[in-house]
Amino acid sequence: MATLTVPNATATARPRVLRSRAAGKLLLLALLTAVLLPFLGRWGNGAWPHALTVDLTKPLTTASDWIIDNRDSHPLFLYFFGYVSDAVVLSVRAVYLTLLAAGWPGVTVFAALVAWRVAGVRLAAGTAVAFLACGVLGMWVPTMQTLALMVVAVLVSVVVGALLGLAGGLSERLDRALRPVLDTMQVLPAFAYLLPVVLVFGIGVPAAVLATVVYAAPPMARLTALGLRGADPEVLEAVESLGATRRQRLLTARIPLARKELLLGLNQTIMMALSMAVIASVIGAGGLGDRVYQALASVDVGAALAAGIPIVLLAVVLDRVTAAAGSGAEAADQRPRAIGWLYALAATVAVALAARLLTALDWPSGATVNIAEPVNRAVDWMTSHLYSGVPVIGGTADWAGHFTTWVLDPVRDGLQWLPWWSVLLVVAALAWLIGTWRTALTAVLAMAAIGVLGVWEPSLDTLSQVLAAVAVTLVLGFATGVAAARSDRVERVLRPVLDVFQTMPQFVYLIPVVALFGVGRAPAVAAAVVYALPAVVRITAQGLRQVDPAALESARSLGATGRQQLWQVQLPLARRSLLLAVNQGVVLVLAVVIIGGLVGGGALGYNAVFGLAQGDLATGLVAGAAIVCLGLMLDRVTQPTERRTRKGA
Amino acid sequence: MRLRTTLAVGSLLLLLTGCGAADMTKQASPFANARGAKTVTLSVQSWVGAQSNVAVAQYLLEHKLGYRVDTVQVDEVPAWDALSQGRVDALLEDWGHPDQEKRYVTDKKTITRAGDLGVTGHIGWYVPTYLVKQHPDITNWKNLNKYASLFRTPESGGKGQLMDGSPSYVTNDKALVKNLKLDYQVVFAGSEAAQITQMKQFAKEKKPFLTYWYSPQWLFKKVPMTEVKLPPYKEGCDADPAKITCSYPHTPLQKFLNADFVKSGGKAAAFLKNFKWTTEDQNEVSLMIADQKLSPQDAARKWVDSHPEVWKKWLS
Repeated sequence: MATLTVPNATATARPRVLRSRAAGKLLLLALLTAVLLPFLGRWGNGAWPHALTVDLTKPLTTASDWIIDNRDSHPLFLYFFGYVSDAVVLSVRAVYLTLLAAGWPGVTVFAALVAWRVAGVRLAAGTAVAFLACGVLGMWVPTMQTLALMVVAVLVSVVVGALLGLAGGLSERLDRALRPVLDTMQVLPAFAYLLPVVLVFGIGVPAAVLATVVYAAPPMARLTALGLRGADPEVLEAVESLGATRRQRLLTARIPLARKELLLGLNQTIMMALSMAVIASVIGAGGLGDRVYQALASVDVGAALAAGIPIVLLAVVLDRVTAAAGSGAEAADQRPRAIGWLYALAATVAVALAARLLTALDWPSGATVNIAEPVNRAVDWMTSHLYSGVPVIGGTADWAGHFTTWVLDPVRDGLQWLPWWSVLLVVAALAWLIGTWRTALTAVLAMAAIGVLGVWEPSLDTLSQVLAAVAVTLVLGFATGVAAARSDRVERVLRPVLDVFQTMPQFVYLIPVVALFGVGRAPAVAAAVVYALPAVVRITAQGLRQVDPAALESARSLGATGRQQLWQVQLPLARRSLLLAVNQGVVLVLAVVIIGGLVGGGALGYNAVFGLAQGDLATGLVAGAAIVCLGLMLDRVTQPTERRTRKGA
Repeated sequence: MRLRTTLAVGSLLLLLTGCGAADMTKQASPFANARGAKTVTLSVQSWVGAQSNVAVAQYLLEHKLGYRVDTVQVDEVPAWDALSQGRVDALLEDWGHPDQEKRYVTDKKTITRAGDLGVTGHIGWYVPTYLVKQHPDITNWKNLNKYASLFRTPESGGKGQLMDGSPSYVTNDKALVKNLKLDYQVVFAGSEAAQITQMKQFAKEKKPFLTYWYSPQWLFKKVPMTEVKLPPYKEGCDADPAKITCSYPHTPLQKFLNADFVKSGGKAAAFLKNFKWTTEDQNEVSLMIADQKLSPQDAARKWVDSHPEVWKKWLS
């Protein structure tokens, strides 16, 4: 998760050529529009024409009724989905019972020992403290439920992802077929995955696990394929010359050489699975996410925080340990590892048995700290003092109100006022200028699909929130990124903060924004900004730092001031990183703006929540599809021509 | 309950032998019945009244009958589905879902009625009482257009704002606003929590607001509100949701249990069938949870300690 590959900013821009190419593209588009406009204009110049929409309500309702009526009798369910569902329930249950049988001493010791073997003493101590903190907060059982679900989901994701990646890594044709699909899956907001699985599996753990697998497997597949393809050809040739068979080559050379990518894939899969396991509480995943969801329902910020902290701790620990495993992959291998693991397992069993004899398996009920009350008092104080009526600067609610009236409303109304074909035109122009005609075509088709689905207006509403949030994110992110790139001290201070923020699941961000900004689109935007900011800051800082020092040096020797260096050398040279930052920002913001439907964000997010809450699949699935299209469009519009490994979130 | 585990294990065996059917509509939560305890899974809905029912039921099941209780947060309509599949055992407060009732109770027979909760629910439009003192005629829907400008907010554009809550609640408000030709915009708060936060903030500053709300609800004790009279409800006037022009009915809230649970649930099932209390009882617990910020367990314990005469009847 913490690893981002930022393209080297060596590609020097050739402004004149670029400008003429861009002008050519724009000219062509203008021509195309001029030719097509008489035809398109027939359908009016307002919102998406009604004549071009397809109403899916009836078929979808019929389908959902059919599924509910046949779920306990049709062979497809009895002989396929039923087994899938049973297998999930059984394995989650098995892991859960094992965790409970180990008790809190066993689980803590085991986790610490694993961290110690993989990543050293410091992380081991950190892991132990994190697990104990979960117990102290009174969240031991929900933490174990989430952990059980995670273990199963991650194992399945890794197996599925590695198999797909293996196929992609070995076969050129499969790779070409798989890559666009995987790329697309990674930009989709988590919320869009929930509805289809609920339709088939109903509310509950099986649906949650499967949604998690679908969401978390792509990075494993991508990175496996990447690792296999990236193996040093000379080494491969050497192995081949030794007479190794294809299979031997794969097992002894290619897979070991790809170890770093494989571990990075594992890391990303774990982080995405955790993020999803929490969101999946909306469809009955139980565990920590459910506690956050319940607390959110009664505006109990303190209780939500008590469940949110274990999530964050779990995320940080898992991220650090797997990241350490990845970076230590080359260095280690001197110690006899198997024996160490044996000791670890033996110690765990011993501790668990001891705990069982002392009947101390359950977390002692006296040893919990109730943080809900003091936190709620602090929040009450905050809302009554910061919420409104602060002299001169106004309260946070006033800001939210102003932001809604002066930024969100005009942007939304402006977008909805634009003739439908001109929206498509703008999308095409933006996507083509930055990417290729292929990306432009995908973007336009995605946008048109939204219109055809009949959710043009809510989608533009969502889009306006995304645009506003992205603008704020970029201003703050670029400013912070520049500061971090220019001063080592700022970067040192920022790094741990960014790390923590980047590992937090999206759900956690909703809690504080409601307390500060009330209900509406403004809090949704605020949560999105906070969520997307770390990635933007990090990519910007990295991009600026990678600017060729020679270019900077020569600028300095020509007497350029610090400001001139920044504007005329560093920023232009880091253009690709900045574009990547924009792309990341847009994708991350969309994911949270959708979840913002839970705090009054309205539009597509609300439709998705509504669909889940009312079992109204016609509304929910259409909203889900529109979210997918919007994500696709936004990604393509901001996509620099080449793709890079992205933050998995 | 053990039967279900056996069923699950049995189906795994069948899976290994490669034949037989796996019915996923008969599946318990993987977290249920851990370590041999008898477990009851209750569904909780997002409003506080439902939390109160569950908190008291949970407390009595755990402390008087020796069960382990799991709770799952599910909205009403998905709760029917989950109840039918046995992923939860009980739904303690249903506000009337005729479609679901027909499908699961009458046709599929996977859910059984478990009688009245004893509380009567009513949905309506409400304005704060301090506003009624200034404008006494505001409580009739015919005068709402006159006052639309009072209710304008950034979210409602040029119209007045009618605040709705969670998307999971029963509501006809969009159709009502349209059919009664009101100059209002329905703004969804997204969750009841968000709606309550907003109402409290309005009340603190004595600002006017118009909201979808329901009774019994503890917030009436904190923010006194008066119902706006809509055209009266008549049997069948809400048959076509798109053409509706009448107010909401008074609904005696119902309990529902999973059909298998009724057979195998023993004391717990009998207890949940007998569970019946009054609006005042429910409000007492709700106020402790929502306003005094007691944890549901503590609130339930307080109520149980002070009302033995009510709950003793449920245990017999």
